[in-house]
Amino acid sequence: MKKNRAATDDPPLLRYLLCGIAFVFIGLFLALPLLVVFSEALAMGLGPVWAAVTDPDTLAAIRLSLLAAAIAVPLNTVFGIAASWAIVKFDFPGKAFLVTLIDLPFSVSPVVAGLIYVLVFGRQGWFGSWLTDHDIHILFALPGIVLATIFVTFPFVARELIPLMSDQGREEEEAALSLGASGFATFWRVTLPNIKWGLLYGVLLCNARALGEFGAVSVVSGHIRGQTNTMPLHVELLYNNYDYVGAFSVAALLALLALLTLALKSFLEWRYADELAAVHRH
Amino acid sequence: MTAATIFSRSTRSRFPGFGLSLGFTLFYLTGIVLVPLLALVLRPFSLHLEDFWAAVSAPRVLAALRLSFGMALAAAAIDTLFGFVVAWVLVRYRFPGKRLMDALIDLPFALPTAVAGIALSTLYAPTGWVGSVLAQHGIKVAYTPWGVLVAMIFIGLPFTVRTLQPVLQDLGRDLEEAAATLGATRPQAILRVVVPMMLPALLTGAALAFARGVGEYGSIIFIAGNLPMKSEIAPLLIVTKLEQFDYAGAASIGVVMLAASFVLLLALNGLQVWAAKRR
Amino acid sequence: MRRVFLLAAAALAMAASMANAAEIKLLNVSYDPTRELYKDLGAAFAKQWKAKTGDAVILSTSNGGSGAQARAVIDGLQADVVTLALAADIDAISAKAKLLPAGWQKRLPQNSTPYTSTIVFLVRKANPKRIKDWSDLVKPGIQVITPNPKTSGGARWAYLAGWSFAEKSPGGNSDKAKAFVGALYRNVPVLDSGARGSTVTFTKRGLGDVLLSWENEAHLALREAPGKYEIVYPSRSILAEPPVALVDRNIDRHNNRKVAEAFVNYLYSQDAQEIEARDFYRPRNPAILAKYKANFPNIPLATIDSDFGGWAKAQQTHFADGGVFDKIYQPGR
Repeated sequence: MKKNRAATDDPPLLRYLLCGIAFVFIGLFLALPLLVVFSEALAMGLGPVWAAVTDPDTLAAIRLSLLAAAIAVPLNTVFGIAASWAIVKFDFPGKAFLVTLIDLPFSVSPVVAGLIYVLVFGRQGWFGSWLTDHDIHILFALPGIVLATIFVTFPFVARELIPLMSDQGREEEEAALSLGASGFATFWRVTLPNIKWGLLYGVLLCNARALGEFGAVSVVSGHIRGQTNTMPLHVELLYNNYDYVGAFSVAALLALLALLTLALKSFLEWRYADELAAVHRH
Repeated sequence: MTAATIFSRSTRSRFPGFGLSLGFTLFYLTGIVLVPLLALVLRPFSLHLEDFWAAVSAPRVLAALRLSFGMALAAAAIDTLFGFVVAWVLVRYRFPGKRLMDALIDLPFALPTAVAGIALSTLYAPTGWVGSVLAQHGIKVAYTPWGVLVAMIFIGLPFTVRTLQPVLQDLGRDLEEAAATLGATRPQAILRVVVPMMLPALLTGAALAFARGVGEYGSIIFIAGNLPMKSEIAPLLIVTKLEQFDYAGAASIGVVMLAASFVLLLALNGLQVWAAKRR
Repeated sequence: MRRVFLLAAAALAMAASMANAAEIKLLNVSYDPTRELYKDLGAAFAKQWKAKTGDAVILSTSNGGSGAQARAVIDGLQADVVTLALAADIDAISAKAKLLPAGWQKRLPQNSTPYTSTIVFLVRKANPKRIKDWSDLVKPGIQVITPNPKTSGGARWAYLAGWSFAEKSPGGNSDKAKAFVGALYRNVPVLDSGARGSTVTFTKRGLGDVLLSWENEAHLALREAPGKYEIVYPSRSILAEPPVALVDRNIDRHNNRKVAEAFVNYLYSQDAQEIEARDFYRPRNPAILAKYKANFPNIPLATIDSDFGGWAKAQQTHFADGGVFDKIYQPGR
């Protein structure tokens, strides 16, 4: 046994070398950018940071980002549950294609995601003149921002749930159903408790992306300061206004949110490792 | 619920809610994703085919596409190489700071791209912490095409590491042991035994990083310099065309990128089928 | 699950409360460098309006390249007032979306432009490349930073200023002018979509030897980074007239015509002219212009109407698809 373990252990030199490479690479590409955000924000002390973060326009941007996420994330959560239920619990032709289509928004450029809504809802677009006649605003207003956010976060919950639910199989639910439980009760009492941590994990990822989306939202936002600027757009605006401390202060706030997400994610992975084991990919 | 009637014959499941769940899935998918994408695909056809061709084969567009795809490929390769090292270190070794490193891997995923953009450009600008060191050796990163590469490496990294990690975890050590017994040195065992077995995961990770890199916009526009023909990425050119009122031109580039992402997804699915067969 | 519903309910409640807030809102869609100007003007106007009527008015601004902003308004951005870099962009809104009448520019005094500006050169400290005039910009090895004339108004003024310089030089004509702007744009390594983007490229990113800039933007850059840059006035430039207009269809829908009209008229008032001058825009009011004349040197200026036959013609000849700019601009070559 001892000899075997030694055979698959790397020699110390290789070990130090690989660890060194990993540390330098992670440091250069991940840790330093994070540090630079906080260091630039705090360059003039805490006062300007507080002033930038409590500026009415910043607060409006925070509110808008939270609002957009609060609409987009629950919708995508319901969709994720419905899609994985249909895909895992039933067999039907075209299933693999459906899964590919659900994945599609992940690999579509965020800019394309914004562009498509301009083509549909812009005045020159498909529904443009109808929307104008009825005084309905989608582009350059909350609905457009929400739509773009939904698009870019579309697959996250479904992608977590589909592998998790297929791994768990159908037996438990079948037992409940044969004992006469209703469909909804079966879902509520059997399925949901089994997937709740995976679901939370998916919601967490979805939420992080929803709060941070830039490209897609930038195309449909209209950039009205204090009204249709989300937090990431507000970072860009401050950056272009020569207000670097302000830009990095809002950026630091977003970075803190990201760190919180990472902490929660690590906690979920550590605490519920078994239940999440089926979830291999993002 | 037409979907339910179409598919009902093939459904032998005793589960309820097929019509509801699939119906909602298809409705939501169609409304949010498919119809808008259709608007994109149909838009260039308001042009004649030769106009579409002229729009996507203009030198500036070709240069932007070449940059986006070329740099995304390079970034995916670098992410795969270093992602393999990082995943290996995380799975096989114990060292102080391991949990922190593990948690940090997902940072590019959780950090908004605009924040990543201003952070990377500050860091790699000639006046930044890293950029000033590089500048002494005559290397410029920020506001050159290399800035595009740096941003793409950043955003793609979690996809390779997180794809490799679980596969590496599941990989038994029997074959490595066998190789060692047969007299292979440790590097030989890794290169000849482990890497071939990881091939599907390596390719999958690379494809995911590539997909993310090709479409990336937010972090790159801050660091790239955006010079036409040199450091202007395809998504930025879409925005520029849109701002110039050239909807058909913007949609034409969008269609090319959409087609690429679709092909990539199909390749990814193929990879997964392949990986499943190899087990 | 319950949490999800609660979140959704909270979101709806928030949306409702946002809609209920009953202040008068006014959206000003403006070009790129006016960020500071309209922040100052908006605050001053709101104070005055509050004192006069007791109503609170919230003036919001959206900034971007003038052409890009016009495109957004045409696509449905709910502008009550547009304050763009040049008349052609407001003409486009009138022609393509019929949001305001074609004769909009006659509705307010002085071509609907409460202030003017011009195009100057911003160079690095001590002017290391010795850039004195337009003819220096086409020399080999000089990098010129200017935004994209297709999306930026300032860039169009800069292009026409350069054109006018070449045309009015001894022995100049339109062919020579065409060759001149061609050579000029071959020295341009990057085309941002708006003036502010170009300023950031020149200042923060350190690219280029000279920035073709709005006069106001150049002064602002000096103020933000004292001692790092210098302004060079060329021998000839152009009288840039950034007009303002009410977007009739939108204000009628929003029921805020009274305050929108008051705002555009306010821009001509003594107070506003003073603010404009302080932010380095050339005020129309002669007394205030005289007071700040140290900031605004007198140089020969071309005008759009007498030298280019008006914006409609200039836009068509130079900047429309397939126009002179498209033909001369060959990036990277």
